[in-house]
Amino acid sequence: MKILVAVKRVADPNVKVRLRADGSGLDLAAVKMTMNPFDEIAVEEAVRLKEAGIASEVVVVSVGPDKATETLRTALAMGADRGLLVRTEATTEPLAVAKVLSAVAGEEQPALILLGKQAIDDDCNQTGQMLAAKLGWPQATFASQLAVDGDRVTVIREVDGGSQTIALTLPAIVTADLRLNEPRYASLPNIMKAKKKPLEERQASDYGLVIEERLEVVRLEEPPTRAAGIKVKSVAELVERLKTEAGVLA
Amino acid sequence: MSVLVLAEHGNAQLDEATARAVSAALCLDNDVHVLVAGKGCHDVALAAAHLDGVSKVLLAEGESLANQLAEPLADLIVARSGNYDAIVAASTSTGKNVMPRVAALLDVMQISDVIAIDSPDLFRRPIYAGNIVQTVRSKDPKRVLTIRASAFRPVGKGEAKPIETVDIVPGSCLSTFVANAVAVSERPDLTSARIVVSGGRGMGSADNFETVLAPLADTLGAALGASRAAVDAGYVSNDLQVGQTGKIVAPDLYIACGISGAIQHLAGMKDSKVIVAINRDAEAPIFQVADYGLVADLFEAVPELKGTLASAT
Ligand SMILES: Cc1cc2nc3c(=O)[nH]c(=O)nc-3n(C[C@@H](O)[C@H](O)[C@H](O)COP(=O)(O)OP(=O)(O)OC[C@H]3O[C@@H](n4cnc5c(N)ncnc54)[C@H](O)[C@@H]3O)c2cc1C
Ligand SMILES: Cc1cc2nc3c(=O)[nH]c(=O)nc-3n(C[C@H](O)[C@H](O)[C@H](O)COP(=O)(O)OP(=O)(O)OC[C@H]3O[C@@H](n4cnc5c(N)ncnc54)[C@H](O)[C@@H]3O)c2cc1C
Repeated sequence: MKILVAVKRVADPNVKVRLRADGSGLDLAAVKMTMNPFDEIAVEEAVRLKEAGIASEVVVVSVGPDKATETLRTALAMGADRGLLVRTEATTEPLAVAKVLSAVAGEEQPALILLGKQAIDDDCNQTGQMLAAKLGWPQATFASQLAVDGDRVTVIREVDGGSQTIALTLPAIVTADLRLNEPRYASLPNIMKAKKKPLEERQASDYGLVIEERLEVVRLEEPPTRAAGIKVKSVAELVERLKTEAGVLA
Repeated sequence: MSVLVLAEHGNAQLDEATARAVSAALCLDNDVHVLVAGKGCHDVALAAAHLDGVSKVLLAEGESLANQLAEPLADLIVARSGNYDAIVAASTSTGKNVMPRVAALLDVMQISDVIAIDSPDLFRRPIYAGNIVQTVRSKDPKRVLTIRASAFRPVGKGEAKPIETVDIVPGSCLSTFVANAVAVSERPDLTSARIVVSGGRGMGSADNFETVLAPLADTLGAALGASRAAVDAGYVSNDLQVGQTGKIVAPDLYIACGISGAIQHLAGMKDSKVIVAINRDAEAPIFQVADYGLVADLFEAVPELKGTLASAT
C-alpha cells in the first residue's frame, strides 16, 4: 500500500507574525519557517505504518516555492521514501492545492492520503476535505487514532462533543489532529541519508493545471491588542473587583 | 439572492451555533433558509422554524444522515445548492468537516471562520492564530462560508415558519459510522457558557482537575475548559481544549488557572469580555491579556476563591 502525505511550509508556530510597518503585507522575511506541525504528525503516522509493514512506500508532496524542498527533506529525514515538489510562486489556496494533489494522486495511485487538519498560518482547515471531494473518496478529518485493516481504515475523530469512530473503504483521505502521535525528531544520520533520497520537481502546468486565486485579499490588519489589566493582591480583592468593577459576578 | 444555513444539531436538539449562523446569513440577505439534515430530528426542525429571520426550513431525514457523515451530507447540500447564492455553517466540527467538501464539489473557494461580514462579498477572518485579520473578497459566483459562532450574536425567537420535507440523495456509502463516545457533562457547553474556568498543565493531574478546579466551575455555574498541554497529559478529554486548534470561546468571564498563555491558547479566548489569570509565575504571558491577574499558587487560590464565592451566595 502506497501512502501520499501532503506537507506545507509555514512560519514557525512559536513566532508571533506581524504586518510590515507600511501595512503592505506580512513581515515574514526574518521569520523561521518549518513544516506545518499537523503535517509532521501526518508524516509520522505514515512512517509508522511503513515500519509496521502495512505501507510499502511513503511519498511526500508539497505545493509551493523552491524553499519547500527543505520541508520535503525534513519529511524524508523522518522516514518518507520519496519527495515531490510541485513548484509555484503563486498564492496556494486550498482549492488549488486540492486540484494539484488530486492530479498527483491520479499518477501515484496511493491507497491512503494523509494531510494535516489545518495549516497553522492560514488556518483554513479545508485542503483534505476538498481533495476528498475532487477524488470522490471518503474522508476522516481530525484523526486521533487510525488503524488499517485490509481495504478498510478505521479512524477515531476528535469532534466537538467528544470523539467519533468511523470506517472508510480505501482509497481514502485522513487528516491528522494533535493527538494522533508524537512526531520523532530526525536523527543526524537520517538527515544525511535524506539528502540522497529522490526528490522530483514538477510544475502545475505539467498536470495541465493553472493555479488561480479565487479570494482577493483586500486588507490585512492587526486586531486591536488587549491591554494588560491589573494585578490583584488577594482573592478577596479579585472577587470584589469582579463584582463591582467588572460587573460579571452577581 | 437566498442563503442556506446548515443547522448544527445532534438529532434531538438544535445547537445555539445555528442561531448565530442565521445571524451571519442575515448580513448577506434577508431570505434565509435552514437545512436540518439528520434522522428523527423533527423537533430540531421545529426549533429552527422558530428562529427569528428564517423564512423556511428544509428537513431531510434518513439513515445515511443520522451521524452527519461528510459524504452524504455534502451531496445533499450540493443537490439543494442551485437555489442559493451562499451557503453558511458555523465552524463546528461538523461544519469544518463538510463545508470544504461542498465547496470543492461546487468548485468554489471556501471562506473559513468568518468573524465579520462587511458587505455580501467582503469577509473578515483571522489568520496566524488571530494575530492578523484578513479581509477577503470572493471572486466565486457562489459563496461557501463557515462562521466563527462566538463572533455573531444569536438571533432570537420568532413566529413559526414553514417546514418543507426534502429528499435525501441516494449514493454510495463511502464511509460508515461505527460509534460515538460522547463526553457527558452536567456542566454548561463550553462554547456558549457565560463563564468558563480553564486549567492548564499547572493543574498537575486529572484528579486535581476534578477536586480543585471543578468545584470552582460548579460554584459559578461555569463550563470547564483546558489548555492543549492539559489535554495531551490526559487530565481532561479533547473536547475541552480551548485554542487555535481547539474551541474558540468568548464568555463574559474566563478564568485561566495554571495556564501560561501561549499564542495558540490566547487565540481561543482573547475575545472574552473579562479575563482572570491565576498563575504563580508573575512573568507568564497570560498576564499580558488578563484584566485581573493574581500571582499565586493555584492550589491555595482556587479553593479560596471557591470558598469566598460559595459563602457569598
Ligand atoms: C507568504 C505567504 C503569502 C500569502 N499570500 C496570500 C495572499 O496574498 N492571498 C491569499 O489569499 N492567501 C495568501 N496566502 C495564503 C495561501 O497560501 C492559502 O490561503 C493557504 O496556503 C491555504 O490555506 P491553509 O494552508 O490554511 O490550508 P489548510 O486547508 O488549513 O491545510 C491543511 C493541510 O493541507 C495540506 N496542504 C495545504 N497547503 C499545501 C501545500 N501548498 N502543499 C502541500 N500540502 C498542503 C497540508 O497537509 C495541510 O496541513 C499566503 C501564504 C503565505 C505563506
Ligand atoms: C500546532 C499547535 C497547535 C496548538 N494548539 C493549541 C490549542 O488549541 N490550545 C492550547 O491551549 N494550546 C495549543 N498549543 C500548545 C501551546 O503552544 C502551549 O504549549 C500550551 O497552550 C501550553 O499549555 P499550558 O499553558 O497549560 O502549559 P505551560 O505552558 O506548561 O504552562 C503552565 C503554567 O502553569 C503555571 N503553574 C504551574 N503550577 C502552578 C501552580 N501550582 N499554581 C499556579 N500556577 C502554576 C506555570 O507558571 C505555567 O505558566 C498548540 C501548539 C501547536 C504547536
